[in-house]
Amino acid sequence: MLAKRIIPCLDVREGKVVKGINFVGIKEVGDPVECAAEYDAQGADEIVFLDITASHEGRGTMLDVVRRTAQKVFVPLTVGGGIRTIDDFRDTLRAGADKVSVNSAAVKNPQLIREAADIFGCQCVVVAIDAKKCPDGHYTVVINGGRIDMGIDAVEWAKQAEALGAGEILLTSMDTDGVKGGFDLDMLNAVCSAVKIPVIASGGCGALEHFTDVFEKTGASAALAASLFHYKELTVGEVKAELKKHDIPVRMA
Amino acid sequence: MIAIVDYGAGNIFSVKNALDYLGLSAELTSKAEDIRNADKIILPGVGAFPWAMNKLSESGLVDVIKEEAVKKPFLGICLGMQLIFSKGYEFEETEGLGLIDGSVRLMTPDDLSIPHIGWNKLVKNRECALLNGLGDDEYVYFVHSYAADCPDDALAAYCEYGRKVTALVNKGTVYGAQFHPEKSGKTGLKILRNFAEL
Repeated sequence: MLAKRIIPCLDVREGKVVKGINFVGIKEVGDPVECAAEYDAQGADEIVFLDITASHEGRGTMLDVVRRTAQKVFVPLTVGGGIRTIDDFRDTLRAGADKVSVNSAAVKNPQLIREAADIFGCQCVVVAIDAKKCPDGHYTVVINGGRIDMGIDAVEWAKQAEALGAGEILLTSMDTDGVKGGFDLDMLNAVCSAVKIPVIASGGCGALEHFTDVFEKTGASAALAASLFHYKELTVGEVKAELKKHDIPVRMA
Repeated sequence: MIAIVDYGAGNIFSVKNALDYLGLSAELTSKAEDIRNADKIILPGVGAFPWAMNKLSESGLVDVIKEEAVKKPFLGICLGMQLIFSKGYEFEETEGLGLIDGSVRLMTPDDLSIPHIGWNKLVKNRECALLNGLGDDEYVYFVHSYAADCPDDALAAYCEYGRKVTALVNKGTVYGAQFHPEKSGKTGLKILRNFAEL
């Protein structure tokens, strides 16, 4: 039986871990390699780097971060942010990433999923979906941090991504993201019941019981969190100890 | 020195990274001579069974691996473990290295997704030196769609995924891991260290 995974996510810009401070500015807060090693020591089952570098030149810096992380972190590493082409996939995997996550580029060009899965295997293609609830109860796909509504049904898009060869869905609810009131269980259930591939829950966790809830009340295979771990409100170890108490299968470090 | 066989399969650098991290001397090589001179051999691999056997045979490495794997410690990882067996059935029937009797076939679990990706628990089937120092609640990282039917006397450990899935095999000097020890955290590093200390 597969363990439920706990995945810390790090936002990386120009080779540094960054965090928005009260939505006014972005502050550099550390070396991604050191942060990833710390999460590994806490028992993270996977590490996600989200590259928020705006410039094209910054990509080389990100690849160097991936290369250095792969030399000292021995759990799967997923890299996303700004992935647009098969060459981006290839460069990122060659640098040492195990999986590549693709978001807007796949919405605009779904065939990218199929091409990447054919060449590199579906196990390394993670399709990230940002979605929010519409007044009619459906979920719609948004891009650019929630600013652009693509008018695509999120559940249908997840099914299409699976059919094209996605190995996993990383589902972020823009309604719960940053609110810390818990994961969007309804949205997760809608997507989990529509696909067979693993779904990673993202957006909204702020307390221990949110992790228990997401695994007891939805079919999510993994839960992702960024600031909660970053600001040391909880450690990966504390989350897993709580899950284990509830008989949810986890890998203890 | 551990020879890591480089036959064009992906992801071999992560094995080298893990051995470097452990301070173990290892070299990527595609030369028969290096494989003969090495103390130990690791055969990594991500890809398809027929493609990999074809690559090994084009590189003239099939015979040297068969000869050396029974003389000194040999570890196949993921596809490298599958190649240890006599036959593979990925796309077409393909002759494997035949170091352990058995065949490799597509997994068909009911209601479970394929590939089998993620951390699964190792269940010990019999004593194996690679599991020295490990407890009975150890998880390792799997990524595969095909699995080996392994004779019980060569099955060191399995995991549960719809059925018992071959995870760790051993016969004499030949070892194989279906999972990725180089991606399995401390447990995986311990397994690699145990192999280096054989």
